[in-house]
Amino acid sequence: MTTLSSHKAAAPGGHDPHLAHHFDTPAQQFESAVLGMWLFLATEILLFGGLFCAYAVYRANHPEVFEHAHVYLSKPLGAVNTVILLVSSFTMAAGVWAAQQGRRRLLITMLALTIACGCGFLGIKVVEYEHKWKEGLLWGKHYRPPEHPISLAAHVAEEHGQPGPVEPAGEVDPGWVFHPADDGPRGLLAPGRAASVLAEEPPVRNVQTFFAVYFAMTGLHGLHVIAGLVLIAWLLVRSVKGHFGPAYFTPVPMVGLYWHVVDLIWIYLFPLLYLIH
Amino acid sequence: MSHESPTTAAGHEVGHHVPLWVLAATLVVLLVLTAITVGVTRVAWLDFGPTVNLWIALAIATVKATLVALYFMHLRYDRPFNAVILIAALLFVMLFVGLAMMDSRAYQDAVQEYRAVDPARYAPALESP
Repeated sequence: MTTLSSHKAAAPGGHDPHLAHHFDTPAQQFESAVLGMWLFLATEILLFGGLFCAYAVYRANHPEVFEHAHVYLSKPLGAVNTVILLVSSFTMAAGVWAAQQGRRRLLITMLALTIACGCGFLGIKVVEYEHKWKEGLLWGKHYRPPEHPISLAAHVAEEHGQPGPVEPAGEVDPGWVFHPADDGPRGLLAPGRAASVLAEEPPVRNVQTFFAVYFAMTGLHGLHVIAGLVLIAWLLVRSVKGHFGPAYFTPVPMVGLYWHVVDLIWIYLFPLLYLIH
Repeated sequence: MSHESPTTAAGHEVGHHVPLWVLAATLVVLLVLTAITVGVTRVAWLDFGPTVNLWIALAIATVKATLVALYFMHLRYDRPFNAVILIAALLFVMLFVGLAMMDSRAYQDAVQEYRAVDPARYAPALESP
């Protein structure tokens, strides 16, 4: 009722420049935009769903590959990127509030902060990708087994802050070292075999499948981050021009929803890829 | 004329205005949950084996995703139909992943048989879950 009267209040003086003819009220117009955005986001979730499916099937069939290969991902960098994306989601949501309230300067600040966070995320991603590129930790035939494989024992020792045997010396508990494929399942290794031999052999077969999944998932996610940054830059230009205010701000929450989905995907990617243990 | 802000003038908001303190509180909870999910991987006695660890990590991630959806994405204040769309998409993803994994498992016997022909050549036998 209130929306209808508000619309009528606008009507006699002329047409509300932001209200399309086929909508009754600005509220109805806005809710239609939100509905359309959620439908688009559903297709985005289904798009990533295919990759999550690939992840699930590979991990279920080859758990040893995932347990072995994740030690080559930097947990601190992944955690920092998670924090950056969460903060950027907050600044985006705060930007939506600023737009609704008509606080132009706050909106500009929040959008700029969101862009800064997004660029920081991509910068760290570049560092991670570059490291894997140099080390040959890549997909398919481009994968080169690392010259100095990290043993799971060294990884666990570092995780728990123990000074323990980082270099695979004789006394490494064989239960923690990843066995070469030919030795059979973990735990069947003949006792007494030198751990240094283990380190020299290619530890696990088909490690490239992990990196294929890793690059496909983080790569598609990274493309979404880039798309989101372009859209937020567009919002920034428009907000500097003063296009948004309490009467009209629809693009801000729409891009915001997109940016939050990018964050949502990463919330799952981080534990699934980096925090395997 | 009132057409500059047709909705605020009438006291009806276009979209819900989620106050800043709610957004900030959500961020704090999200950061705490991130610290927890990283922290448990560094504590030896919180290691419950790969399967349980995975489900714990997924549970924490789902709580975080729910918070983002409810507060940052305004789902809590939106029309319920938008939540229906999101949940429907998630259900279809789960259906897809679940059926694919069941299918993959259904063929494991044949895969193992094939591998057994030349055990030296193929990766170690799968850990039976």
